[in-house]
Amino acid sequence: MATVTPALQTESLRTLPGDPVRQIQWRFADRYDLQMLVQAVREVARGPVARLVAGGARQSHEWTPEKHALLEAFDASGITAAFLDVENGGYLEGPKNLALALIAFELAWVDAGAATASLAGCLALSPIHERGTPEQRAHYMKLCAPAAPGEDRKPWRGAFCLTEPLPYVGVDTGMLSGKVRIAEWKDGKEPLLQVEKRGRFITNMGFANFVTAAVDSGDQRISGSCVVILEETDPGIFDRGAVTRKLVHQLSSTSDPIFSLTVPASRIVGGYTVKDGCIVPNFSHSEIIEAVFRRTRVTVAIMTSAKLLSAVEPVVRYQRNRFRGAEQTTPGSVRHELGLQQREDALHRVVDLWAMGEASAALGFAAARAFDELDPLEKQKDAILAAEGINGGRAELKKLKSVWPAALEHLRRGSGIETPLVASRDVLEREAKQDALARYVLADAVAGVLCPAAKLWNTGLGANAMREALSLMGGYGITEDCPGFLAYKWMDAQLEATYEGPEAVQRRNLIVTMTHDLFLEQFRMWIPEMRKIASRRPGTGACELASAMRLWLWTYEHLRTATDAEGAKLYNSARQGVTFRLADALCWLLASRQQILDVMELDAKQAEAGDAEGTVAFLSDLCHVQAARAAGEAGRICAELVYGYNAHPSWDDPLHAGCFLSEELDAWESCAPGIAAYALDVLQPDGSHPEKAGPCAQCGENAGFQRLRNQLDLCLTGSQLAKDRAAKALAQVMIPAVPDYPR
Amino acid sequence: MNPLHIVVCGSVVPDPLQTLEPVTTAAGPELKNEMLLPAVLDPWAACSLYEAAHLAQLSSGSRVWLVCLGPKAKVQQAMMSLAQKAAFELVLLDGPAHGFADAHVTAEALAAAIAGLAGLDRTHLLLFGGWESASRGQGVTLQMVGERLGITDQFQGVDRIALGDDGSFEVIERVEGGKHLVSRCDGPPAVLGWATGERGEPRNDPQMGMKNMRVLLPALQKAAPVAVSAEGLKYEGVRVPTQQRQTRIVKDMSPEAIAQELLAWMQ
Ligand SMILES: Cc1cc2nc3c(=O)[nH]c(=O)nc-3n(C[C@H](O)[C@H](O)[C@H](O)COP(=O)(O)OP(=O)(O)OC[C@H]3O[C@@H](n4cnc5c(N)ncnc54)[C@H](O)[C@@H]3O)c2cc1C
Repeated sequence: MATVTPALQTESLRTLPGDPVRQIQWRFADRYDLQMLVQAVREVARGPVARLVAGGARQSHEWTPEKHALLEAFDASGITAAFLDVENGGYLEGPKNLALALIAFELAWVDAGAATASLAGCLALSPIHERGTPEQRAHYMKLCAPAAPGEDRKPWRGAFCLTEPLPYVGVDTGMLSGKVRIAEWKDGKEPLLQVEKRGRFITNMGFANFVTAAVDSGDQRISGSCVVILEETDPGIFDRGAVTRKLVHQLSSTSDPIFSLTVPASRIVGGYTVKDGCIVPNFSHSEIIEAVFRRTRVTVAIMTSAKLLSAVEPVVRYQRNRFRGAEQTTPGSVRHELGLQQREDALHRVVDLWAMGEASAALGFAAARAFDELDPLEKQKDAILAAEGINGGRAELKKLKSVWPAALEHLRRGSGIETPLVASRDVLEREAKQDALARYVLADAVAGVLCPAAKLWNTGLGANAMREALSLMGGYGITEDCPGFLAYKWMDAQLEATYEGPEAVQRRNLIVTMTHDLFLEQFRMWIPEMRKIASRRPGTGACELASAMRLWLWTYEHLRTATDAEGAKLYNSARQGVTFRLADALCWLLASRQQILDVMELDAKQAEAGDAEGTVAFLSDLCHVQAARAAGEAGRICAELVYGYNAHPSWDDPLHAGCFLSEELDAWESCAPGIAAYALDVLQPDGSHPEKAGPCAQCGENAGFQRLRNQLDLCLTGSQLAKDRAAKALAQVMIPAVPDYPR
Repeated sequence: MNPLHIVVCGSVVPDPLQTLEPVTTAAGPELKNEMLLPAVLDPWAACSLYEAAHLAQLSSGSRVWLVCLGPKAKVQQAMMSLAQKAAFELVLLDGPAHGFADAHVTAEALAAAIAGLAGLDRTHLLLFGGWESASRGQGVTLQMVGERLGITDQFQGVDRIALGDDGSFEVIERVEGGKHLVSRCDGPPAVLGWATGERGEPRNDPQMGMKNMRVLLPALQKAAPVAVSAEGLKYEGVRVPTQQRQTRIVKDMSPEAIAQELLAWMQ
């Protein structure tokens, strides 16, 4: 049998991956603006933020002056203005998704609550940014821009208020109790609205100057729901409410506010039209929150990734130093040099943690970049549709669906849509528009999956992985003195998994977007892409992953039409036991794929990262470890779904009446060796069944699945060798002598 | 106040938090994995750069150059932070900056680059740098650059400079025994090797950084490689100072008694 021998690995990780490596992996090596932003945020995170945490600021629920000072540090270091467009006081050109993800990453490396405090301001502005009228956008963005040098002004800060006290809005965002009514509507004048809204767990409420609040119509003269902008000086009640006694993200401010305010109708986000004496908001609250969350959730996802990666250094330091200074541990001895790293399990668990962190960051940043790519395409799409008189709603869906065939064709050809060489201007223009729309629907299909996948997988599984990280620090792990603040990071991860939509919400989104034809078609094409990588770099686990992706596709296609033992359809949104779990499986695969792609990028640009050969070899091993784990998780879920809904056979099934006699099998074995292994259930000479737990299930029509699953298991080849290699590297890698925060 | 032309000599060193381990290679001693470790502008030189940027703001028409001999990739990374802290022009000589590079050869290359600076007026020249370096701290490079440029007014361990309206200035230098020496100088040119100065590290401001990068990027791209091999220089051996750790467990000792004991140990 021919075997591929991986190139001999002489080099491995020498130092922890530094900025040049990350810039290439996460694709901002050519963006000096972002590199500088990273440095600026890091200085704040590891300086003032870390000092606050170390000083015990997390012990209070209240919004204190010390915590408030962080906001000023954010303003001074460009964090606040990073969200804003240049014309409104910002300084970064183009889409900001990757920039905000990098901010979240750097802040959460130290404390995710600080990240929340900064990003909740963006969340408040997002409804206005995404769907506001040009006037609303210009007005509020400018108000929120930090003062320019020489300007005497305090920037405004906002809060986003959707969630309401029980029994209203939570996961189910349609359960609104907040109401908007018409307070006064004089002829020819702007109507005045009366807004009644109560919030639960609203971030930034301790200091917000304005709030974007979701409300439903409580008046026949207002149609549907909308988001309104409330200001602290509006007439009525602007009560910041009781402070939430939360145990997480203590550097952010959270409370349950109460609003009863009169505001002009011009505060409806995105404006309104008047139809038959009725105010019709241009966007419902659900349209707005969809546009907002699909971007802002990415930054939440990346917070947990940062924490996993941030845990590596403190854990390695703890392990190395564990026995130093003891009478029995002489310098130069194995115990002195390696400490706990003498133990295989201690190393393997750090490898697992690190591999998860890499995959998680890879997925999160890929999602951020997907939206950076999508944003200009979306603007183009809006302009094209507006020119055709289409402004959202069903007409837009219909129009976009009409370009699916062109988009699929585009994919199949693997190149840009070809415009005819000789064509009239009209035809060219039409083709160009078609091309723009096709690109949009393709990018949208991927972004629509990556965002919930990252939010779901990075945070939920990240929280579990953080628990593992703590356990590697022994008792210290669960104290406030734990270097790297790991215990706080673990607890905080649970909030990242909860706010902006808990895991159930992400799963609900995913089961829709992951089954979109345009996504599935792209996913199908990613399989040969992985195989191609595998043929060049088998050590990455890309082959394993490709097999797992095939298995997942097979499973989805099977489940779409399969029924359970009682004939009920398996794949439908109410059957969350099937659909949600298939979504979970997909996330593992997407994260692992992106991790491999990032390492391939680094491999291609090694020279730019300095002497990165060893880093590439190590990160490839982490890819392999992660791919094996991802394939294992996906394989297990798929197997449970494919087989688990069949009824277990019983001896009185007709199938078992015709079982072979054990004597017959013995006789056949002599002429067809191995045949006995295929017969799972046999009859004793007296016709009875053997004493065992019961008859064996057969794979029957699922033989295709069995073949793929077998292939998957075979593909695990080498994955544990990769883990051993990575573990060895971990025991040798140079780490800084002391932590670099608090500074 | 007269405009100043301040040339700051400074290069990158591994971030001081890193573990530094000398190793011997065919090319002589080096720090283990130095090219992979994060780098920062040498802290002493950085202090002088912040002082320079501050002084330049005080007198209009002033210019600040950072003349740096160091590995381009590392300097470029350091600029992502430095460009946000101060405004300056950069002249980069792409070469090794580690602590084992020969100070004479380094000084020669730096002096030649300074002599060739377009627009530099020596009558306004203040040559700044660190009085030593975090990479090894020989504390001689700046002095030699000054000598090669014929500047004989030299001050080392500077903590403050006060400019007079007539172009003269007063310098406060560290001398032994925790004391300072105050000198008055008629005017530039002069060499000032800075200790920590009084400015502190300015905080990062990406908006300023992006503006400065417009000037710095072309300079980074223009960086020319320089060879700084020193004929006949040979290191017999290099090592970091060894650490001592002696633990004694004592209960209920007052802070005063602990302080006394430490003092006795040091003496
Ligand atoms: C610290 C903090 C800050 C916050 N900041 C803000 C903010 O700034 N603005 C804001 O508007 N909100 C904010 N929230 C609210 C947050 O977004 C909600 O808590 C979250 O969306 C979940 O809503 P809920 O707590 O009502 O959970 P519920 O809706 O009660 O859901 C609880 C659980 O039930 C299950 N579940 C519910 N529905 C389904 C379903 N359809 N299918 C399957 N399972 C389901 C899931 O397991 C879910 O996690 C914040 C919350 C916290 C804790």
